[in-house]
Amino acid sequence: MYSKIVILHFPPEVAQNALVCQLTKKFDLMFNILSAKISSRKEGYMVLEISSANRSGFNKGVKFLKDQGIKVSSPEHEIFKDEEICTHCGACTAVCPTEALHIQRPEMQVLFDKEKCSVCELCILTCPSRAMGLFSKNTEEVV
Amino acid sequence: MNEFKVNKTYEQINKKIARGEAVVVTAEEIIDIAQKHGVVEAAKKVDVVTTGTFAPMCSSGAFINIGQFKPLVRTTKTWFNNVSAYSGVAAVDCYLGATQTSDDDPLNKYHPGEFNYGGGHVIQDLVAGRKVEVRAQSYGTDCYPNKKIEKIVTLNDLPNAMLCNPRNAYQNYNCAVNRSDKIKYTYMGTLKSNMGNANYSTSGELSPLFNDPYLKTIGLGTRIFLGGAQGYVTWTGTQHKKDVERSMNGVPTTPSGTLCVMGDLKQMSPEWLVGQSIRGYGCSLSIGLGIPIPILNEEMLKYTAVSDDQIFTQVVDYGYDYPQGVSKSYGQVSYAELKSGSIMIKGKKIPTVPLSSMVKARKIATILKTQIQRSKFFIGQPQHLFC
Repeated sequence: MYSKIVILHFPPEVAQNALVCQLTKKFDLMFNILSAKISSRKEGYMVLEISSANRSGFNKGVKFLKDQGIKVSSPEHEIFKDEEICTHCGACTAVCPTEALHIQRPEMQVLFDKEKCSVCELCILTCPSRAMGLFSKNTEEVV
Repeated sequence: MNEFKVNKTYEQINKKIARGEAVVVTAEEIIDIAQKHGVVEAAKKVDVVTTGTFAPMCSSGAFINIGQFKPLVRTTKTWFNNVSAYSGVAAVDCYLGATQTSDDDPLNKYHPGEFNYGGGHVIQDLVAGRKVEVRAQSYGTDCYPNKKIEKIVTLNDLPNAMLCNPRNAYQNYNCAVNRSDKIKYTYMGTLKSNMGNANYSTSGELSPLFNDPYLKTIGLGTRIFLGGAQGYVTWTGTQHKKDVERSMNGVPTTPSGTLCVMGDLKQMSPEWLVGQSIRGYGCSLSIGLGIPIPILNEEMLKYTAVSDDQIFTQVVDYGYDYPQGVSKSYGQVSYAELKSGSIMIKGKKIPTVPLSSMVKARKIATILKTQIQRSKFFIGQPQHLFC
């Protein structure tokens, strides 16, 4: 299973079109909407986690979105977990919306799966020991 | 005639520790041993069971003597890195509480507040050997004329520093949910609306007071692992209760026993004293604490063999009930269920969130085990029991 989080920017002329659902219909892709809003200028913004059986299926879906005039990018920042500071208490797992931060049982160790992270930043101030941080990365071109 | 088949004294166990012959296991390891051999045979074999817990324990702090100045001072107000310490003790003594926030913290003015630095963080900075700014004021007297002092210190520069925690090692605590329709930021962590998560804080079968539920071996003078050093139980903690509902195994099903503990801050480590910033609530200090339980007889062995599925707590609503002082349980759940990742409350499956580190608790129990095996840690015989 190939899975990646992408950010979609919809210009006003396409923001009202039913496009994201085509990912499932035409390309057999699964998607999870992590965040979505429409600005006062009718521009759309959406953070999606797209899952596919393989990378080529994902690429075809993203190409389709781009062909419709949607700007597709990946998150510019990454969350990191400082293993020296983390005490493995588990408080962060209360707020993580994608289960990127999760508990490995039976050890009860807190693990961070960067691939699942939607960079919502909720963990940063929820971690009582301040083990979670944000840093810039070179924006990787999607497809 | 003695009521037990196995009878050992503190002296006998300590002599075995001195000879390096004591059989020591952790409170997790003893469960299988007791099942395999039975409590009597296991009690014959095993001398000490070690426990551990690591979690925010808000009722904590340190008595600190900041050292005298010339001319002399009797401080009436003291700050460490702008965190205020109680100075109603003489002359340059003060008590720095773990939950005291920095004087310039915006608190919950912009809710939920971040609470980035407080007394717990100062204590961690001190034990980490970092420089801390000390500021103090006085009104001045004939014998203590100095009115204002400022200096940069490290823990080494301070004449005395004692960790003194009025309430640690809570024997059981609520499992918190939020039945309201708004997110709540509590000392039990972030609670999503409509019972979106259930938070709990314990090391369960590894937790010290679950392994000696009637405090039969834990009393004044019990030697413990505290903040990475050897500390002592000095009294019952505040909010200590012993007349509570218990399961058949003697383990309380609601918050009950607590301990007041002390130790030399200068011997402690930042790994086991960690400043905490609890969103929307305040500052705190996570403390590493472990107690070795001497297996004096098969009854103590039976207590230490308790497992998560035999320890229960109450589900309490922190959305409406708790803030209003309403005492109501929405169900009783075992720590085995809580540790599994979800519980069922009123027909709803709720993900569970731990606030107490099992990884660190296990490490404390293992450190204690090794120290006892190597004759570095002896069992402190209580001079007074609270039971």
